[in-house]
Amino acid sequence: MYRPIHELTDAYRRGDLTPTAVAEAYLARIDALDGRVGAYLTVVRDQALAAARESELRWRAGAPLGPLDGAPVALKDVLCTRGVRTTCGSKMLESFVPPYDATVVERLRAAGAVILGKTNMDEFAMGSSTEHSAFHPTRNPWDLARVPGGSSGGSAAAVAGGLAAGGLGSDTGGSIRQPAAFCGVVGMKPTYGRVSRYGLIALASSLDQIGPFAQDVRDAALLLGAVAGHDRRDATSIQAPVPDYAADLSKGVAGLTLGLPDEYFIDGMDPDVERAVRAAIEVLKELGARLERVSLPTTKHSLAAYYLILPAEASSNLARYDGVKFGLRVPGRDLVEMESRTRAAGFGAEVKRRIMLGTYALSAGYYDAYYGKAQSVRTLVRREFAAAFARVDLIVAPTTPNVAFKHGEKEDPLSMYLNDVFTIPGNLAGIPGISVPCGFSVTGLPIGLQVLGRPLDEPRVLRAAYAYEQATPWRSRRPELK
Amino acid sequence: MKPGPYEVVIGLEVHAQLLTRSKMFCGCPTRFGAPPNSQTCPVCQGMPGVLPVVNRRAVEFGIRTALSFHCRVNAVCRFARKHYYYPDMPKNYQISQYEEPLAEDGFLEIDVDGAPRTIGIQRLHLEEDVGKLLHEGTMETAKASLVDFNRSGVPLMETVSRPELRSPEEAAAYLRAFRAVVVYLGVCDGNMEEGSLRCDANVSLRPRGAAELGTKVEIKNLNSFRNVERALKFEVARQTAALAVDERIVQETRLWDADREVTRAMRSKEYAHDYRYFPEPDLVPLQIDRRWVEEIRAELPELPRARRERFVSQYGLSLTTADILTHHGPLADYFEATVTDFSDAKAVSNWILSEFLRVAVGDERAIFQAVPSHNLAGLLRLIADGTITGKIAKDVFQQMVDSGEDAPTIVARGGLTQVADEAVLGGVVDSVMAANPKAIEDFKRGKTAAKKALVGQVMKATGGKANPALVDRLLEDKLSKIQT
Repeated sequence: MYRPIHELTDAYRRGDLTPTAVAEAYLARIDALDGRVGAYLTVVRDQALAAARESELRWRAGAPLGPLDGAPVALKDVLCTRGVRTTCGSKMLESFVPPYDATVVERLRAAGAVILGKTNMDEFAMGSSTEHSAFHPTRNPWDLARVPGGSSGGSAAAVAGGLAAGGLGSDTGGSIRQPAAFCGVVGMKPTYGRVSRYGLIALASSLDQIGPFAQDVRDAALLLGAVAGHDRRDATSIQAPVPDYAADLSKGVAGLTLGLPDEYFIDGMDPDVERAVRAAIEVLKELGARLERVSLPTTKHSLAAYYLILPAEASSNLARYDGVKFGLRVPGRDLVEMESRTRAAGFGAEVKRRIMLGTYALSAGYYDAYYGKAQSVRTLVRREFAAAFARVDLIVAPTTPNVAFKHGEKEDPLSMYLNDVFTIPGNLAGIPGISVPCGFSVTGLPIGLQVLGRPLDEPRVLRAAYAYEQATPWRSRRPELK
Repeated sequence: MKPGPYEVVIGLEVHAQLLTRSKMFCGCPTRFGAPPNSQTCPVCQGMPGVLPVVNRRAVEFGIRTALSFHCRVNAVCRFARKHYYYPDMPKNYQISQYEEPLAEDGFLEIDVDGAPRTIGIQRLHLEEDVGKLLHEGTMETAKASLVDFNRSGVPLMETVSRPELRSPEEAAAYLRAFRAVVVYLGVCDGNMEEGSLRCDANVSLRPRGAAELGTKVEIKNLNSFRNVERALKFEVARQTAALAVDERIVQETRLWDADREVTRAMRSKEYAHDYRYFPEPDLVPLQIDRRWVEEIRAELPELPRARRERFVSQYGLSLTTADILTHHGPLADYFEATVTDFSDAKAVSNWILSEFLRVAVGDERAIFQAVPSHNLAGLLRLIADGTITGKIAKDVFQQMVDSGEDAPTIVARGGLTQVADEAVLGGVVDSVMAANPKAIEDFKRGKTAAKKALVGQVMKATGGKANPALVDRLLEDKLSKIQT
């Protein structure tokens, strides 16, 4: 079950496997194991099998749609799927069935991918553990007592646990990279604007970006290539042509300069994480990369800025859930009561907390001190990265300061927020970043190495991750789910 | 209005629905009157995950208007979200513009009692319209309300004047001039009844000579020219009365109640205090290309006032005549087209202002079609060369309107050519005089009005075709002979 997509499609080509058999095997495994993992919110068995049969006909006719034809994938339930309920992990949208596909879903379908279902997430993508789903928590396939990370924990756990060959998530402050690190898979957040956000239920519009979860870097490149590119329905999507991300993977890191930011190796981080990441950097050095220290001093203000910008935008984006048009409606004697009751019942505690924070931050008289100031910090973060990238090609750092924690361990919101301290700056700057497995803690939990690059420099980010991955054995280790 | 102790200060915010084919941020049609919610999509219904895309045509219309108001078109402008909860607004925020509008700092010239005044325009920006609520009965008693999102997302252009209007009459004049410009530009149909042009007003009073502005009151729901003037008059009177007894004016939003003809304070729940504006993150800042602006400027039509001045100088018309002709672009076009075929501009303007507008009664378009300008020129030529009388011409014109035929055809078929043969008319005059001895007696006794009656009889006998001047001379001759 643990074969990456490019191996599956090689097998389809040779006729050793068929998309239908593979889809059936995944669906059977979901039936058998997902009760314990809780990766999925909705499984679309019939649709998946129908798509697999069509793919099989294409392979048999020698005319597949591309390198993803017949690939069984999982979609975070933040992505709208036509005719399939899309909950965003919230009671508010428990019965919401979009009449449209997100652009990325359209593109995956056009590439022949077989969508298995919709995966669990923290409600409205607010969280780092997938414990804040309104439906059920997701468990980490490496240790079911632990969280898979979040907010895209469902997709990460599905790929890690062999419940999908690949998947998509969304990353607003680390929601792809952090669960990828916790679950020992590859997860990538592309440059802001590289992938269309049309049909991605918005958390924070200026930070959200869709990206792939994969078993290896090659698959991540293939998935990204299928969904990236300009979309006239998203005014923030970038016009630049999409390179063939898989083409230059094996060019290696020789001659590349990697920056090591002082601020990403901090007191209090898990010593296992620091050890693994430093060892990974040594591997890259041995592969021919040059290393250079860089400084990103505004990193320490990133979290604070992020937790003003994100709630502000979220409070606005979530204003539409009022019971009037779609989703949950709790009746009331009049309009105001209906809206209040609907929002009181439909949103969980974390969502309410952030709506309140954001509403406050945007209020007259506070705007300049909070939202305005946070935007200034954001500009500084972006400038610092630009200055660093004038000297180095890539930046390497840990994805998270620690490994997967136990369910219920982080009840204080602030300690939860600190999980994203190394991933948030990338979102503020809008730059691409990947998390690739780089070893295990003494307790046997996965650790992630983060590679950040210049805007639109996904090819080099992928190349470095691939070089490291190919030089190390980590991807052959899989959780034992029974 | 005689000057009281207070100076009236009024500023207007005018919302104009733009005549684009599709909505501001999606491709849905903007047609008025379609079945509820038939012109909607996930974007204008505010569904989760969908995104706005700016309508280029709406931006072009905004620039066109801004240039006509002599505004500075900003090189970069931004959209912003304006938040308040209301069920006709699907996202519970409106995409508008706030700190960086499309255009700023212009002016509009108006006429007040024949004197020109220049009213500053502070800003012009683009935004999206909201939907419409339908209540069974009144909003307070309705068991349920329905929302129609057809209008949701229709492009709106908001233009904010400076507080430089000094009376309700000036405010109405401003609104009329504003409407004339946007209709001329083809960016708005100017229909206040259907809501394509809407107006809110800010009103305050201050002691004459004071530099500081008084406390302002915003008045909403001014949906006709008449209501604008009436509501402002009421509000000025209300504030004047309040100040007279040392009452403090409260800064508030008031609604014009056209039935009871009063403004009433809206409950504070009915409007938001804090819109929590912030830059719309789903749209990138709009870079306005200078060359594009210049292209739009080069294609601007002549505006009503410029055209009016030209009509006075080029055609020798009075200001009043030129004003009426130029108020409505197509009418001015029609006038000028007619003049190219028949150069007596005064005769053309007289005809258009009297007969044409009398017959048109609001539906000028139908007459432009039935009587093309060269046909009107043809009719005027028949009058000028004496072929038909002015009286006959009026009937001929009505027939032209009804049938679409040209004047010579109608005149020839009806045998309507003027009778100017002295021998023929002399005979008619003789027989009319013979048949009306009483009128002649009256005339002899000094009743000059009796001659008019005889003229009428002659005209009647000739079916209106007699040359009136000739009839008059013949009667004069013959009557004077009788008298002596």
